[in-house]
Amino acid sequence: MLKIVVCIKQVPETQDVRLDPVTHTLKREGIKSIINPFDLYALEEGLRVKDAKGGTVTVITMGPPQAEEALREALGFGADGAVLLSDRAFAGADTWATALTLAKAIEKLGGADLIFTGKQAIDGDTAQVGPMLAAIMNIPFASWARKVSFPAAGKVEVERLLDHGYDAVEVELPALISVVKEINEPRVPSFKAKLRAKKEAIPVWGLGDLGLPAEAVGLAGSFTQVVKVFPPPARGQSETWEGAAPDLAARLWQRLQERSKAAG
Amino acid sequence: MDYLLTEEQRMLQDLAREIAQERIKPIRAQLDEEEIFPTEIIKDLAQADLCGTIIPEEYGGLGLGTLENCLVLEALAMGCVGVATTYAASFLGAYPLLMYGTEAQKSRYLPAIAKGEALAAFALTEPQAGSDAGAIAATAVKDGDFYVLNGNKQWITNAGEAEFYTVIALTDKSKGVRGASALMVEKSDPGISFGKKEQKMGIRASVTREVVLEDCRIPKERLLGKEGLGFIITMKTLDLARPGAGSLAVGLAQEALDEAAAFAKERQQFGAPIFSFQAVQHLLADMATKIEAARALVYAVARYIDTKPKDYSKVAAMAKLFPTDMAMGVTVDAVQVMGGHGYMREYPVEKMMRDAKILQIYEGTNQIMRNIIGLALNKEYSKKK
Repeated sequence: MLKIVVCIKQVPETQDVRLDPVTHTLKREGIKSIINPFDLYALEEGLRVKDAKGGTVTVITMGPPQAEEALREALGFGADGAVLLSDRAFAGADTWATALTLAKAIEKLGGADLIFTGKQAIDGDTAQVGPMLAAIMNIPFASWARKVSFPAAGKVEVERLLDHGYDAVEVELPALISVVKEINEPRVPSFKAKLRAKKEAIPVWGLGDLGLPAEAVGLAGSFTQVVKVFPPPARGQSETWEGAAPDLAARLWQRLQERSKAAG
Repeated sequence: MDYLLTEEQRMLQDLAREIAQERIKPIRAQLDEEEIFPTEIIKDLAQADLCGTIIPEEYGGLGLGTLENCLVLEALAMGCVGVATTYAASFLGAYPLLMYGTEAQKSRYLPAIAKGEALAAFALTEPQAGSDAGAIAATAVKDGDFYVLNGNKQWITNAGEAEFYTVIALTDKSKGVRGASALMVEKSDPGISFGKKEQKMGIRASVTREVVLEDCRIPKERLLGKEGLGFIITMKTLDLARPGAGSLAVGLAQEALDEAAAFAKERQQFGAPIFSFQAVQHLLADMATKIEAARALVYAVARYIDTKPKDYSKVAAMAKLFPTDMAMGVTVDAVQVMGGHGYMREYPVEKMMRDAKILQIYEGTNQIMRNIIGLALNKEYSKKK
């Protein structure tokens, strides 16, 4: 019986996001939200491990009250329980403060044998909360998992997708694994689970429930602060040339010479 | 249009739409082109609990009614009518069990169907018995504790893929249709085999084969209801299924309209999107109006059936006739709106037009629907004198 925890994040569906002028973080109110797509693969893997090995899957998220929708959606896929970490004091948390809050919540849940996260969230794209959470909990972390298997009791083997191929690592449980989308194909939700999810009372844990001091969480507990968020500068104009290789090479050589002259 | 659906009904509709959109639509052209049976999609539908929509909760289903079934079928048909037919045909095989099965029979078959582990099929049609269903020649002869079945069932949807077959056969040849009975035959029974996969104009993701019964020996407990009830069971099954066929038509026509309208917004001719031309708008307006009329009829009849009236053959036939004739017309017009593009297999509407045709034919041709409605009217107006 494995205790599996899946950490998810609710993210804005649109790329057209607004920024909070004070905290410089993304404004989420009033924008349609979805479960971070990578987290759906983490949830699916958690559910598959549960189906194969037995156990429970608990989904947790930190966010504003509306993040409860993401948890209900996760319950609709078949998760056994959900906890929402929500408190004004948590607002503006950076990746460290977020990881610390999640770590405390998992401790309050009685720990976990396996923790799954997506490789990163599509809004902040930091890919930091997973590894920081593992560091705070002092458990092994395996990133970019494309395959998870259990060679022996208390151990998990993880194939990690790298830029050129993959490697395989074996870690001891409890462990935290971040997954890539190659790991599985998420299932469709179940109608019965969705009906149950609609009625399920989802506990909301705040600062007091986690026994953390206010200065350890949220903006106050953050080591980093977002100074500015901006779209990446547009790359220079690109051109596509077609033709025979020698002609193209000659043309390119001429262009480079012109550039070099212009640059003095 | 708001049809005053409950929150639960809307959730069900959303779930089926999500599956149609994300799992069916991306591969429907390939399923059609390569005639692939949609095994993976059936697994998704099972995972979503949709294989048990109409099956009672005590057998692992959702215990929902005709309207809910129609909502799911309409949504799935927006993805692919071939897939939706596969799904619907399993319920066609299950309806006789639901209506006439004993506790033991229901427990044996319904949970596997609800879980999506097994598909069912309904085997009525024969080479010489199509619209004239009373002309069936397949026999089921009692032999001690067994029935021995012989005969050929033609064009059976899901044949070869389904685990369970509701077969209509004569237990007493001398009584004609009154000697027909319904029996459950399993794929693993001795003496059942299947013909080649038929090559069809449309709904090519679904499979249609002949079911051949040669001294197929089954325990006598497989009889549904009583001997001689076969024809009544058939009629009641088809009555119950007909609004479902109507729903497939509504979903199909809606998808064709959506495709044609989106195309008309993009396609430029004479310096403007073709949507701006009245000739095109009138086509689209007629399509939209007919679809809404058909949907309203199907929902109204489905709701009426869910009140458990004694006889609803007439309105069930109407709920099949009008939407399926409508879908044929609407899909032809969708191709017309899209012109040469619509005729190309690169675009989805030519498939929809091919798929629409079967809806006017199967589960009782639309001519038979008019017979049923005419017969009922004749009775009604005879009484009124």
